[in-house]
Parts: sequence; structure tokens; C-alpha cells
Amino acid sequence: MKTIRMTRNRGITLGLLLIAFLILAFLPQVTSGYVITLLIDILKFAILTVAWVVFSGPSGYMSLATAAFYGLGFYIAAVFSGTFPFPVLVIMAGAVAFVVALGVGALTLRLRGVYFAIFTFALVLLVQNVVLEIERVVTETRGRFVDTVSTEGVYYAIFIVFVLTMLTAVLIRRSRYGLALQSIGEYEEAAAHSGINVVRTKVLTFAVSAIFMGMAGAVIATRRTYIDPYIAFNLNTSFLPVLMAMFGGMTNLAGPVIGAALFTYIGEILLTRFPDLYMLIFGVVLILAILFMPNGVLGLAQRVWRKIRGGRRAPA
Amino acid sequence: MRLLEGEGLTRHFGGLAAVAGIDFHVDQGEILGLIGPNGAGKTTLFNLISAALKPTSGTISYQGSQITGLPPYKICRLGIARTFQTVKIFAHLPAVRNVIVGSLFGTGSRTSGAEALRIADEELEFVELSSLRNVPAGDLTLAAQKRLEVARALATHPTLLLLDEIMAGLTHTEVDEAMDLIARIRARGITVIMIEHVMHAIMNICDRIVVLDFGLKIAEGTPAEVAVDEKVIEVYLGEEI
Repeated sequence: MKTIRMTRNRGITLGLLLIAFLILAFLPQVTSGYVITLLIDILKFAILTVAWVVFSGPSGYMSLATAAFYGLGFYIAAVFSGTFPFPVLVIMAGAVAFVVALGVGALTLRLRGVYFAIFTFALVLLVQNVVLEIERVVTETRGRFVDTVSTEGVYYAIFIVFVLTMLTAVLIRRSRYGLALQSIGEYEEAAAHSGINVVRTKVLTFAVSAIFMGMAGAVIATRRTYIDPYIAFNLNTSFLPVLMAMFGGMTNLAGPVIGAALFTYIGEILLTRFPDLYMLIFGVVLILAILFMPNGVLGLAQRVWRKIRGGRRAPA
Repeated sequence: MRLLEGEGLTRHFGGLAAVAGIDFHVDQGEILGLIGPNGAGKTTLFNLISAALKPTSGTISYQGSQITGLPPYKICRLGIARTFQTVKIFAHLPAVRNVIVGSLFGTGSRTSGAEALRIADEELEFVELSSLRNVPAGDLTLAAQKRLEVARALATHPTLLLLDEIMAGLTHTEVDEAMDLIARIRARGITVIMIEHVMHAIMNICDRIVVLDFGLKIAEGTPAEVAVDEKVIEVYLGEEI
């Protein structure tokens, strides 16, 4: 009985995913303008949030380095804009982010808890200032121009990166790496003494999650035409994915996606309807969400669902 | 045959020598007891063997080759598994997943998921926790959590098992069950070093006992020899046992 229900549930999930995929894939053929622009934003944040959750979720290492890898993507797109075709830029950005994350990870993942968070936070400032200084001394400019890509092109690029991010996230979760990360998050010492190469597991997953952050940066940079280090390495890019993941819930991968989508959408509505009170309302919503939805929107939904079903099953 | 041998093992914490130039060995198939007052350096010695700590000086050799300085996961894959004085389980994972971590990563050869699950279930059966396999480890009783740690360690297919006070905090019945468990571990041909304060257990199970005090080895011998050793009585056992 149980297995039958489980396979049916899995079938439904796969069906829903397929429908969502098809809608997202064909949307630009039917609509354009605002919906597409909003979806680009949502997909961007979904990528950043899921990529963040891949590493920080199970391992418990709170990374605030997202903006560093995302910003590097911006700069790859800007520096090589016109030299290489758009898809090559995106792949390059992913590769550079991966390599930088490997180096940073090897240096910092010995740090635990809040020290790791603070280091990654400082990393964003460090990279920002290094880029700023290089631009000042070497190129004697402050910003750069990026060749634009059509809205439809950007949409498909970010959509493809999103699909890749999701596939990778699912694969990591289901692989031995997923269990290794989880046990590191539970008790790192015990994990090491049970045969897990904790350093390699942490550094590699950290670097893989950075690939998608870098790719997203390179895609979004083309929406900007002009970028400078303050735009590229904006600390909000580090904090928002963390909030979105908490808002959506991290028990499974739908959580971060839902969190990113709702968060972006609510932000958009508040910004257009109440531009003056935007941040205030947003702050209140966030505090309420964290206080009353410890497992995020997804956790709340599951609780409500269980109540409804439970009520139906056990007529008292 | 010597399975593990430490020579001049020393570990300083600041100015304090937690372990000061200890020579020890354990033979294949033996059960070696490690006793001594609190702070004698017993757990530090375990931490040195399992590579949780690097020795300040001294060497450790295992099956005839040097293992000093290897990382903990390699020590585990070479066949030295351990449990912890304060249990270190993966509290939010079901019991069986805790053990799978051992069988999946710790055996030293690449294990498939299905094989790892089979080994994990076998070891849960061995420590008599099969009925609790799906319970989150954090919800188990202390005695069950200690058994779970033993199962996780056994799942790595160790040659040498380090048991750090697996009887501490257990009831009389649970201590008897733990003694029976250790006997069955020995019957599998696994060599054991155990730290324990439960004297009747130590005296009954161990082939040989090493006594530490203030980081020094003050006595070594069969349980009968150690029990009448004047120094041991003075620092640890007390007059009447």
C-alpha cells in the first residue's frame, strides 16, 4: 500500500515538474515584457538560493560568499564581452567561480560556525576591492559596458542554468556526497572518524555550488549594459538567498524555489505599490515568517495538508 | 603479532602533558583495557591513535607501517574504528542511515549503496537495534545510542576497535548486555582497546590492562596482576576492590 502510494506520489511530482518545465520553456512564445522580466528575476534568485542550499543546507556552514561568485560572473561577462559568444561567457564564468571557490574553500573550510560566515562575508568585500583597485590602476576606469542580449535570449540562458542547477542539486542530494554532507552537518568529527574525507567533500561541494552562482552572474550582467564593482559585488546578493531559503524551507528542494519565487514576487509588488514603505513592510513580513514558519512556507503547507488529510482519515 | 604499537607518544596542551612518552602495544585478537583516574590521558591516547589529534612527538605504527600524521578518515579506512566518550551520533538521521555512513565511506573499498545498506542492517542486527532502524538517532536512549555508535564503527569493517567508555551511564542490565556485545565482537576476530571505569567489566573481559596516571603509564599486565599492583591501588583502585 505504502509503496503504491509513494510511486503514485512520485508520478504526480514528475508530472507537475514536466508541466512546469514545458510552461517555462514555451512562455516566451506566448508572452513577453513584464512577465518574462519578472521570471528572469525569479529564476536568478532560484538559482542562487538552490545553489546556496546545496552546500550550506546540509553542511550547516553558512556561506555569505554568493555575491563574490555572482560578481565574478558579471566581470567575466564584461571583460570578455564581444570577444566570445554569450554561451561561452556563461560557461567561463562557471569555470572561474569553481576554481576560485576551490581555492577559497581549501583556505576557509577549516573555520567553523560564525567564523566561516564572517570570512565569506569578508571575501565579498575583498574581491570587490581588488577588482576596484585593478580597474583604477590598470584600466583607469570605474565601470564597464556589457553587450546586451535579447530578453528572450537571457530568459532561455537563465532557464537552462536553472535546470542545470536543479539537476545537480538533486544528484548531489541523492548521491553519497549528499549523505556525507549531511553527516558533516550533524557531527563533523564523527563523520571524519567514519571514513568521510570531510575536507574534500566540503571544498568540492562548495565549489560546485559556486559554478551556478557565477553562471547566473554572467547571464544577468547582460541585462545591465553598465556594471561596476558596487553593482557586481552587492552584499544583498549574499543575504537574499539565505533569507529566501529560510522563507521557503530547506527540507527539500522545492522549498528554496518557492521561497525565491514568493520572495521576489512579494518584493516586486511591495516595491511598485508602496515604494516608500517597501523595506519596512518587507522587514515585518520577514520577521513574522521566521517567527511563525520555522520550516518555511513549505513546512507550513505540509502542516496544513497533514491536518486536512488527518481530519478526513480519522473521523472522531 | 603486534597489531598496533605506540612509541614515546607525547601530547602537550599548552604547558600540560596530557600524554607523556607512553609506549604501548596491542596484539592481534586481544582485548586491551585502558584504565586510570579522570584526566590520566586515556581519551587523549584514543584521539592520538584515531588521529583526532596529532602527537607532539612519538610514533604510531599499525600492521607494521607508520600511520602517524594520517588524516582521521584514512585511519578509519585502514581499519581502526572508534566510538566516543560523549556520543557523537547523527541525531537527525534515522539509525540505519547513521550506520550506512560507516559502511559507505569507512570500509576502504568502494561500496555500492545496496551493499552499504545490507552491511548496515547486519550491524544493527548485531547490536540488537534492528527494531529501531528508522528512528531518528537523537530519539534513542543513551544505551541505544552507544550501541548505534558501535554499529557505525563495526560497519567500517575494522581490524581494531577503540571503545571509549561505552558502559558509562548504563544500568546494570545494560552493562551486562554491553559485556556480552564486546565478547561477540571479539568472537568476530576484531581486536579491541577499551577505556572503562566499570571495574568488574574490565577485569572480566580484558586480556591485558594498561594503567595511566597523569599522562604516564604506571602499570601494565593481566587483570590479576594489575589488581594487586600497589601503585594502581594507590592512585586508582583504592584499598578494597
